Amino acid sequence: MPEQPAHERNQNFLEVNLGLGTEIAKQEALRCLECASPACVEGCPVGVQVKEFVSLILQNRYAEAAAKIREDNVLPAVTGRVCPQEDQCEGACVMGKKFSPLAIGYLERFVADYEQQTGTVNLPQNASPTGKRVAIVGSGPAGLSAAGDLVQKGHAVTVFEALHEIGGVLIYGIPEFRLPKDIVRREVDNLRKMGVEFQTNVVIGQTVTVDELFHEEGYHAVLVATGAGLPQFLNIPGEHLCGVYSANEFLTRVNLMKAYKFPEYDEPVYDCRGKNVAVVGGGNTAMDSIRSALRLGAANAFLVYRRSEAEMPARKEEIKHAKEEGVQFLTLTNPVAFNGDEKGWLKSARCRKMELGPADESGRRRPVPIAGSDYDLPLDMVIIAVGTSGNPLVQSTTPDLKTRPGSYIEADPATLKTSKRGVFAAGDIVTGGATVILAMGAGRKAAKAINEYLTTGVW
Amino acid sequence: MYPIVERRELGKHVVLLRIRAPRIARKQKAGQFVIVRVHDHGERIPLTIAGSDADTITLVIQAIGKTTKLLCALSTGDTILDVVGPLGKPSEVHRYGTVVVIGGGVGTAIAYPTARAMKEAGNEVISIIGGRSRELVILEDEVRAVSNELIVTTDDGSHGRRGLVTNALQEMIDAGRKIDLVLAIGPIPMMKAVAETTRPHGIKTVVSLNPIMVDGTGMCGGCRVLVNGKSQFACVDGPEFDAHQVDFGVLVQRNAMYHHTEKEALRAFDHDPVPDLARAGHVCRLTEQYPEAGSR
Ligand SMILES: Cc1cc2nc3c(=O)[nH]c(=O)nc-3n(C[C@H](O)[C@H](O)[C@H](O)COP(=O)(O)OP(=O)(O)OC[C@H]3O[C@@H](n4cnc5c(N)ncnc54)[C@H](O)[C@@H]3O)c2cc1C
Ligand SMILES: Cc1cc2nc3c(=O)[nH]c(=O)nc-3n(C[C@H](O)[C@H](O)[C@H](O)COP(=O)(O)OP(=O)(O)OC[C@H]3O[C@@H](n4cnc5c(N)ncnc54)[C@H](O)[C@@H]3O)c2cc1C
Ligand code: SF4
Ligand code: SF4
Ligand code: FES
Repeated sequence: MPEQPAHERNQNFLEVNLGLGTEIAKQEALRCLECASPACVEGCPVGVQVKEFVSLILQNRYAEAAAKIREDNVLPAVTGRVCPQEDQCEGACVMGKKFSPLAIGYLERFVADYEQQTGTVNLPQNASPTGKRVAIVGSGPAGLSAAGDLVQKGHAVTVFEALHEIGGVLIYGIPEFRLPKDIVRREVDNLRKMGVEFQTNVVIGQTVTVDELFHEEGYHAVLVATGAGLPQFLNIPGEHLCGVYSANEFLTRVNLMKAYKFPEYDEPVYDCRGKNVAVVGGGNTAMDSIRSALRLGAANAFLVYRRSEAEMPARKEEIKHAKEEGVQFLTLTNPVAFNGDEKGWLKSARCRKMELGPADESGRRRPVPIAGSDYDLPLDMVIIAVGTSGNPLVQSTTPDLKTRPGSYIEADPATLKTSKRGVFAAGDIVTGGATVILAMGAGRKAAKAINEYLTTGVW
Repeated sequence: MYPIVERRELGKHVVLLRIRAPRIARKQKAGQFVIVRVHDHGERIPLTIAGSDADTITLVIQAIGKTTKLLCALSTGDTILDVVGPLGKPSEVHRYGTVVVIGGGVGTAIAYPTARAMKEAGNEVISIIGGRSRELVILEDEVRAVSNELIVTTDDGSHGRRGLVTNALQEMIDAGRKIDLVLAIGPIPMMKAVAETTRPHGIKTVVSLNPIMVDGTGMCGGCRVLVNGKSQFACVDGPEFDAHQVDFGVLVQRNAMYHHTEKEALRAFDHDPVPDLARAGHVCRLTEQYPEAGSR
């Protein structure tokens, strides 16, 4: 994949990967063995028909290739960019045993971009109106994919979003240099053309409750797809200092509010220019945060992670890109306190070295502190990216909705039905922070069950 | 889009805006707030809902920085791009007995709906409102109408009694008057002073905190405040908290985080407010009447 040179891209917010040209794409597609029982399809959480779409590329039928992907995945331009392919389709591809696996993600992105750039999106036809109304709470990948499926079945679909823009994490979390916001907007426009209604600035649980959606606004089913947006902190001393951010706050300011364009845009963010910045964590969120800080001018950008690189949950490509761009990895390190000056500004993090002990419940080796290893890392800003939990606003105002610890909603794994009649739940709010494609898969599963419920009336 | 249907000046740099937002108007309760974004380049700022009717909400805004100045410069017919709410928990309104409601500066507007709700709930409401000088005392008649007793103070004595709101409160306590609850809303030093005034007497005191916010739904954690040694998100756990447990020092520090950029934004706005006004769909009445004035 051609990309912007590391020393240039770490100064701008333009996309890192530049996309495959037609020739390279076809060369890559040629490598596919067209397996009789393709492992790649098994590896993809939504079963994208990889073999079929790759063979359409070889026949120069790019738009049809995109349509083929769309049968199982309504956001191919997004997933081609952000799926952890090494754990999914590409991880399963048989060629990976001896050579590098087929670059399925890059090819998926190639046909999706072709479709968008040439304006040849083949939007599916909707069934005739059923007279049933569905409310979807949250406009992340789970909500969007469910909306697309349900509107095709002839139901009237309204998506309610708390923020002022549609897209969930795709808009407020994942930065422009990894997923250009225009791509998300175009996909949302496609849904709009298909008849999905979007209402921003509505917080379900505050502006309207789930019960009111049924009884006052006349909806027949509700899908809760509110994500896992509540930031966790480390609960160590000094987290109230100025310069300490949650990844959500930092990324929201930079992405949703475009603070990287201050003063053209009003929302401010900490001025990283020439400063020492660290992120705590090892997932995609941590990589996105620290690479954003680098682009905002940080002199030193550290990634502080308590396990080793092998255990990092981030996509491999993000780890590689982060290193190339100059992020300094401080693995097996954990902050235990933040120290500030008399005005309340962060000055340093007290860090403790760790070593790996036996495996824990997650199957990863547990980090164990090394006694007497504490040292101070001078810092002006730190971003906490150690995970999130469910946003409880819907649950706390819908008492008959069963939840699990962490404010997650309990839903039947097959139908995504909750404990409350007519209410379904999908995506991160059920599973905890996961991936875009899993959230989309769950959205589609829920859409199928909602359609069944609306047509049969059987709960 | 949320159209402004009424604009009124209440005092020096304080403007009342009535905005069409039917969903929020139907739902809001005293103590809750909205987050507004004026135009597509704007920041998100929280403002308390000072009242509502069938389909409008009332905001009272004190012009202190770029966004509040911009809001105060808008007029009837202009629109605000985003208004989301009602956010936060409503004030806990019960029948306490005697409730002293203290409003400082624009805090008076924030305290007003709760004072009214307290009165409606059968409390004896004593209101103390203050400002540095006469022009900074707002909503006096409105507050009087929902109070059994009203005391007005100004620092310079230009209106009402000379002194601070806490002086008036201290006098009441010294006079041995029974007070069941104090609600104080205003500048941080004022709220802190009220907390220290009531603490020795064990009088339950509630304050409404004003940390910097972004989303207002619990998603960013930027609004975290230290209450009883624990982190709380003011937008979902508050904004009202027990004054005796709030760490005001942390609040002051965190609110100063963007002073530098705030100054820069304000300077640019003061220098040329036209681009921002235009983004907000503001039609300058002068250029409407005298088209040649706009093309100078
Ligand atoms: C920074 C970051 C980087 C990531 N990178 C990757 C990646 O590279 N690859 C990958 O596969 N996954 C990645 N993920 C994970 C992935 O984005 C999520 O798993 C996915 O977005 C979950 O989708 P969702 O639809 O369940 O929820 P979300 O995308 O979280 O959307 C939920 C939406 O609901 C709204 N909402 C919440 N409460 C309410 C309410 N009460 N009323 C109305 N609306 C409400 C929220 O504002 C939000 O817009 C990343 C996540 C983050 C945070
Ligand atoms: C729950 C709540 C209710 C509020 N109600 C009212 C009200 O009814 N009327 C009113 O006039 N003001 C109210 N405020 C304060 C108001 O939000 C700030 O005055 C406003 O954000 C300042 O923005 P600015 O651009 O004009 O000024 P700036 O120059 O940007 O900031 C001036 C000061 O305002 C504070 N501030 C800045 N940005 C934010 C932000 N995004 N969120 C919160 N505070 C910020 C900081 O302390 C800053 O130093 C309320 C605040 C909160 C948290
Ligand atoms: S959706 Fe993701 S996992 Fe599935 S084929 Fe596409 S890139 Fe691979
Ligand atoms: S497993 Fe690999 S080689 Fe086989 S069909 Fe899938 S992509 Fe092609
Ligand atoms: S404003 Fe973001 S969590 Fe409160």
